[in-house]
Amino acid sequence: MDSFIVISVVKAVVVFGALLTALAYLQWVERKVIAHIQVRPGPYRVGPHGLLQPVADIVKLITKEDLSPPFVNKTLYLAAPFLAMTLALMSICVIPFGPAIRVGGVQTWMQLTDLNIGVLFVLAVSSIGVYGIALAGWSSNNKYALLGSLRSSAQMISYELPLSLAIASPLLLSNTLSLRLLVDSQAGGAWRWNALRGPFPQIFAFVIFLIAAFAECNRVPFDLPEAENELVAGFHTEYSSMKFASFFMSEYANMITVSCMATLLFLGGWDAPWPARYGSSLVPTVLLAGAGLMALYHGIHPWRRRDRYSLPAAGAVFLLAAAVFLLPAVQSWLMPLFWFGAKVGSILFAFMWVRGTLPRLRYDQLMGFAWKYLFPAAMLNLLLTGFLVAWGS
Amino acid sequence: MDVVIFLIFAIIAVACAINVVVQTHPISSAISLVGVMGSLAVIYLLLGAEFIAAAQVIVYAGAIMVLFVFVIMLLNAGAEATKGRAPMAHLLGPPLLAAFLGILAFVVRRLFPREYTAHFGGFTHGTAKDVGRALFTTYLLPFEAASVLILIAIIGAVVLARKEMD
Amino acid sequence: MPDSTFLDSTELVLNMGPQHPSTHGVLRVILKLDGEKVMGTSCVIGYLHRGVEKIAENRTWAQFNPYVDRMDYVAAVSNGLGYCLAVEKLLGVEAPPRAQAVRVILTELNRIASHLVWLGTHALDIGAITPVFYCFREREEALNIFEKYCGARLTTHAFRIGGLLYETYDGFEREVKAFCKMFPPKVDEYEELLTNNRIWAGRLKNVGVLTADECKEYGVTGPVLRAAGVKWDLRKAQPYSGYEKYDFEIPTRENGDTYDRYIVRMREMRQAVRIIEQAVEGMPEGPIMGKVPKVIKPPVGEAYVSIEAPKGELGYYVVSDGSVQPYRVRVRPPSFVNLQALDRMVRGGLVADVVAVIGTLDIVLGEVDR
Repeated sequence: MDSFIVISVVKAVVVFGALLTALAYLQWVERKVIAHIQVRPGPYRVGPHGLLQPVADIVKLITKEDLSPPFVNKTLYLAAPFLAMTLALMSICVIPFGPAIRVGGVQTWMQLTDLNIGVLFVLAVSSIGVYGIALAGWSSNNKYALLGSLRSSAQMISYELPLSLAIASPLLLSNTLSLRLLVDSQAGGAWRWNALRGPFPQIFAFVIFLIAAFAECNRVPFDLPEAENELVAGFHTEYSSMKFASFFMSEYANMITVSCMATLLFLGGWDAPWPARYGSSLVPTVLLAGAGLMALYHGIHPWRRRDRYSLPAAGAVFLLAAAVFLLPAVQSWLMPLFWFGAKVGSILFAFMWVRGTLPRLRYDQLMGFAWKYLFPAAMLNLLLTGFLVAWGS
Repeated sequence: MDVVIFLIFAIIAVACAINVVVQTHPISSAISLVGVMGSLAVIYLLLGAEFIAAAQVIVYAGAIMVLFVFVIMLLNAGAEATKGRAPMAHLLGPPLLAAFLGILAFVVRRLFPREYTAHFGGFTHGTAKDVGRALFTTYLLPFEAASVLILIAIIGAVVLARKEMD
Repeated sequence: MPDSTFLDSTELVLNMGPQHPSTHGVLRVILKLDGEKVMGTSCVIGYLHRGVEKIAENRTWAQFNPYVDRMDYVAAVSNGLGYCLAVEKLLGVEAPPRAQAVRVILTELNRIASHLVWLGTHALDIGAITPVFYCFREREEALNIFEKYCGARLTTHAFRIGGLLYETYDGFEREVKAFCKMFPPKVDEYEELLTNNRIWAGRLKNVGVLTADECKEYGVTGPVLRAAGVKWDLRKAQPYSGYEKYDFEIPTRENGDTYDRYIVRMREMRQAVRIIEQAVEGMPEGPIMGKVPKVIKPPVGEAYVSIEAPKGELGYYVVSDGSVQPYRVRVRPPSFVNLQALDRMVRGGLVADVVAVIGTLDIVLGEVDR
């Protein structure tokens, strides 16, 4: 019992520390990705290549004056950001990042807790996540904010249905609601992942899930609740300082959660795309070594004077990381983490890529799309999957 | 441990339920109702009904109450005036309520014998699989009847909305 | 704006602006909303009113020339051209052919720059955050040419009454030709991002429809009018500055919705490149200044000149009492006139459509308020 509590506390600290760091740096990555799409360098001043920008942002947001306008509904106005933040961070509790590991003679799972209704837990938390936004907009007593929260409520309800239906189809294949068992059922290579496995690959469900997830996270092209060009800042118009930052972070936390969910449900979690005996364990080493050599090359032939030291240093770090991946002692737990991170990262990159590319839908189009196309498609997919699963058994 | 958690959430549920009635602003009442739903979900979880707990949160707190809040916000309903209650209600309300609750408690205790009281952790058939099996075998008829009822309700809603549009 | 509609209880009056990300300046639009549906609008303008027309009466004819740049600052060169042409008409002089060719090149470059600002901000309004950077990248090239020519990038004061002050710089022709070669592929790039994008088309098609008759009713001109199917372009209808020498088309569309206005402006940019190419190919040698006295004192009389500015018909009505100062200068700004159609275009639409329509009207508040 005691060791259970100790392990749980340690795991919680590690997971939330990693999550919060990831949140801060996800913003940096997003700003860099969008900037490069838009032919500009992005954050560049604070630290090498703006790497310390998240730190500067956090300091700025914490030290900013914490305004709360006199006309707001005080209780709900203060509660909304905490609600949004708490609910956004909560889902991470049930997300498994890798298989069981042994640390100092103790065997434990790379997961805070495994619920046998893990999928439903994530759905439940995300379905009440809308209250943060809805209450923020309403309690601000601001018309733009109210319109923003009206939009978000309607949007969340509409997109929850295709989202749930898209989740249901791979569940039929895997026959479990526990996220860890879900991954176990897909082990063995890319052709066993739910997105690709026969007899009926869930690639449609995967696409539907991603589209609905974009809407659930209020991301472009479904970012209507905070459509800057229409509603100024939408539901968080009246928020400043850390209260604003809470909404900002909850949006990114939601992005990470849905990316993890997509990975676990459709892409086999931490499972490598092909077995290690055919060299999948060499992939991170090759990628990192390639990146390191490229950085070294550009450090020797720098475009800018100041890159003469920073790029070789980055190259050395990459090469070191490449070497670490070769150590058999760490491979057993580092490889699953790498594949999990790579899959989640690719989906997060898609989020950013889409944001740099697409315009925003209009409110009625958004609703029409959810009910006329996404929902029937998800339903059809679920029916077909159910039929095939029943046929097979 | 279980009893402590039960007591905490039971008190929260009751407090929220009272708050639903006491609050004058519809949004505050709706939020309190969400609190009731959430506490009930935790109590379901304590009793071992995991699937019901999740469904409670997803359906009631996550969908129905969001719709409530949405409609309240859309209509921009303000706080209702507290005055205008009959003096009779003030006088007779509390005793009547107490009497009603007393009768309820008495009936419940009478109807269910002592061995029927709930034991935390004693019930293990609350998983999705068990609920699904029960729904599609033992309770198939009520389940189908309910789904037909919901279908009728959906069609009715569509028809009514259509009429409004024309 | 209608005082009340049938749904009074759920009506919301929303103040959009003067501080709002997509009113393109200090426009204030009061919206009456039912949910998100727009029941009526009313515009409040004048936040940027500087009394430009009154200032003219206290400056000499030449002194007023830089002021017109501050009206439509996105298309300053066109403003300057209109004013110079009006005063030249009053004086009875004409700019020499070389000056006219340079004027055409710079004005068309400015048309491209103006349309690029429109495209970038319009796309931003619709929610596409990337095109604005591409647009400004190419606009930069045009502005560099302005800067090298006259030292200023935005409010250029490029032309003088009677012709030009500066001869073109070394390499002007080469750089303009390079721009003409570089630019059309970039337009293809923008179109690739937007034209066939389902979301883009969905947001713009059948939004803010203004038919040809309605355009004429409101006096709406420019790309808005041409998108409604009226082939009316002052460069063809009453050519000035030697536009009759150049071969170009007037792009038109039929539906008069926001998408058509987008297509028309995109094609106009390509046509502008065509005009610039012809003008720079056949640029005559010779003087750049007409026979204008040192002190400009136009004879008593009045003149009206209108040109095709990027946003529509830009007219200058100038009256002289024979002194060194104008007696009256009246500007017919395209933005102001086009803005009148806003209510007709957005009523019955959604809030998002208001933003799209303000973007598609391509207004500059400096010009609306003057």
